[in-house]
Amino acid sequence: MLSRHSPLSSRPSTSRGTPTWLRAVQIAALFLAVTFLLGADPSGARFENLGHKLMCRCGCNQILLECNHVGCAYSEKMRQELMAGLQGADSDDLVLQRFVQEYGGVVLAAPPATGFNRVAWITPFAALGAGIFAVVWVVRRWKSGPPPPPPAAPPGGAVEIDEFRERARKETEL
Amino acid sequence: MPQFGSYALLLALSLSVYSLVAGAIALMRRGVSADRIGDTARRAGMAVFIAITAAAVALVAAAFTDDFSVAYIFHHSNRDLAIPYKFSVLWSGQEGSLLFWAWLLSAYGFVLRWRHKVDTRLVAHASVIVAAVQVFFILLINFPANPFAMMIGDLPPDGNGLNPLLQYPEMVIHPPMLYLGYVGFCIPFAFALGALIMKYPGEKWIHITRRWTMVTWLFLSCGVALGAHWAYSVLGWGGYWGWDPVENASFIPWLTGTAFLHSVMMQEKRGMLKMWNMWLIFATFMLSILGTFLTRSGVVSSVHAFAQSSIGTWFLIFLALTFATCAYFFVLNRGELKSENKLESLVSRESSFLFNNLVLLAACFAVLWGTLFPVLSEWVQGTKITVGPPFFNRVMLPITMLLLVLTAVGPLLAWRKTSLESLRRNFLWPAVAAVATAILLIAFGMRPWQDMSVFYSLMAISLSVLVMATVASEFIRGGRVIREKTGHSLLASMVQLTRRNTRRYGGYIVHFAVVVMIIGIAGSAFNQQNEAPLGVGDRMSIGPYTLVGRSYTQDDNPNYSSESAIVDVYKGKDKIDTMYPERRMFKASGQTATIVANRSTLKEDLYLVYAGRNEENGPPIIRAHLNPLVMWLWLGVYILIFGTLVALVPNAAAVTLRQPVRASAAAAVEAGD
Repeated sequence: MLSRHSPLSSRPSTSRGTPTWLRAVQIAALFLAVTFLLGADPSGARFENLGHKLMCRCGCNQILLECNHVGCAYSEKMRQELMAGLQGADSDDLVLQRFVQEYGGVVLAAPPATGFNRVAWITPFAALGAGIFAVVWVVRRWKSGPPPPPPAAPPGGAVEIDEFRERARKETEL
Repeated sequence: MPQFGSYALLLALSLSVYSLVAGAIALMRRGVSADRIGDTARRAGMAVFIAITAAAVALVAAAFTDDFSVAYIFHHSNRDLAIPYKFSVLWSGQEGSLLFWAWLLSAYGFVLRWRHKVDTRLVAHASVIVAAVQVFFILLINFPANPFAMMIGDLPPDGNGLNPLLQYPEMVIHPPMLYLGYVGFCIPFAFALGALIMKYPGEKWIHITRRWTMVTWLFLSCGVALGAHWAYSVLGWGGYWGWDPVENASFIPWLTGTAFLHSVMMQEKRGMLKMWNMWLIFATFMLSILGTFLTRSGVVSSVHAFAQSSIGTWFLIFLALTFATCAYFFVLNRGELKSENKLESLVSRESSFLFNNLVLLAACFAVLWGTLFPVLSEWVQGTKITVGPPFFNRVMLPITMLLLVLTAVGPLLAWRKTSLESLRRNFLWPAVAAVATAILLIAFGMRPWQDMSVFYSLMAISLSVLVMATVASEFIRGGRVIREKTGHSLLASMVQLTRRNTRRYGGYIVHFAVVVMIIGIAGSAFNQQNEAPLGVGDRMSIGPYTLVGRSYTQDDNPNYSSESAIVDVYKGKDKIDTMYPERRMFKASGQTATIVANRSTLKEDLYLVYAGRNEENGPPIIRAHLNPLVMWLWLGVYILIFGTLVALVPNAAAVTLRQPVRASAAAAVEAGD
């Protein structure tokens, strides 16, 4: 890497105790934690929030609050139902449940985290977790294993592949 | 003309079958006769381009001459259709778009076969594989999806017209770009499979296809971006990405293609990840086909999917055959794909590429999973469900954050091994910049504890600043070394640095572009919306703007009638603009389309939609959206194009010394590491 040879890299460290950067990060983390703890959820966004969890059933395949058909037979009615549900002091889950009873499961814009539908939510993160585990395992195995055997010479000969490697080295490094 | 087109398609099929069969025979035999057969196969493959060009011209000519005896022209054109859209008739429907796909593939195949001297044997293998793909597409357009199928019964006086949503300038270039991207991945795929079949252990296929892959990736990127811009400008719902299956189908191969462009560097530089790269390019090509299958089979419902038809089965069979072929040759010849080096440390450029690939593939899997889950759910539970934007946003946002962290850290890591001290030293100022950004954003009113979308927005912007700072530090550090050698200014030195290593620094520019786009997307957490009837003199507020209805008008032309409103925009007491949202009613199809009025600035878009009227003579209903930072998204696309073009330019010569420099700096440049 260039940095190992750059003039910047030859500078001596300026601090022997807790590094300045670590202190700065600690202060920032504290600031963020305090601001998070002081927060409160405003209730005015419930309509927006729930309206974005429902699909319009007019066939437009759009979120209820994003359906842009004037005079749409569904979206106006559904918005009014949503408003009425919120005014009736029902919980969010109950409001959504009423929509499911009336329009079927497809009215929810995302699968609920219940029963088989949990699989939808868990699988992508499980795959990512398994992937991370696999990469770490492969890296550790590579590190501890014997060096790989030299490959067979390509049709163009070792000289040709060395030329390509050299070109790649130039293209990927300074 | 239709007969001419049909014959041209039959000729193309014959030529491509000959190119496949003769090419395969030539590869299996040795000697002068085999070479001659191989050459005829190559020339036949090139001639396919001419035959399909003739068919495509015949179809466009049928559109221009309003030949409604051709069913496809009847369904997708009409007499009063504007001339530029007569061209876009070619890709506006199932049959035409498949013909267009086949034409692009034949054009790529023509260039591949024309440049066969780059490696005659490898190109011969790739040519046979391309011919096999060509046979499939040309079979489709000859039989189940023939664009020259004739109308039955009396000839209709006029056609149904082009879908109004497609009558927009960007739609003239969006599908070609997207298809250039989809189809283009066939070439690196063909080279990769060819290299595997002939047990070509080196990286020559990667060197040959590197520019192909980058150009293809650029086309696909532009296609996806144009699609998003088209959705934003035409669909009138105020957004640019709805996680619709058709959108996802274009995004999935883009993700694997991006992973390939990164991991391929490990093979080029250190002879590692050979199997991985092989499968990445296989997967990218197969995902392009899978996306096409999804949107054309009716398996998943989409806003803009093609009509359901039997060709879904054809695609499924082709996909299965492709996978089986790849798997067979992989099992047979996987011994040639052994890694030449091993990974030495978890804190190295190599492992950052591995994790980067992992996260990109996790993103790809998440999108594919979400797109297919409704099918799986119906199969398992027997009930239909929707997997829409809330699912994708919730799953993709954490993955994107992880990707941003890796994008920031990756360039700071050295190949083989990086010391933690070096990483900490290089990471200090970018990290400080990111934390300072987060604090500033909170100080200026962002409240991440109130809403998850605001939290992610804050994270995305802060991490984007982190990436920008690491990219800037890379340019500055390299620029300083060159400045010491040449005595030029820092800016000139950075330009010279980029010219000396276009691929690396072009790549950094692309990283910069992606985070600019992510900042644009992060703004969507603060979107506002309002809707009201806006008669003459009526007022409506959104954010800092007051909208005042000045008047509303109607217009009529042979293709469509339209209604539009004239809206004055005030900020405080000052009138700053006049906007003209419009709605068009297309006569031939009887469909409507919105023409959005958008006032775009770096800070925000004021986006007005003529939503219609509740009564015949009532005032127009205007839906106003205030979408912050959207322009950053489009700006990012331009930077991405620039960065990719920079990466495609060959490197300039090494720096010429103008003055004596310190031995250490010179050594850094000469060592190249």
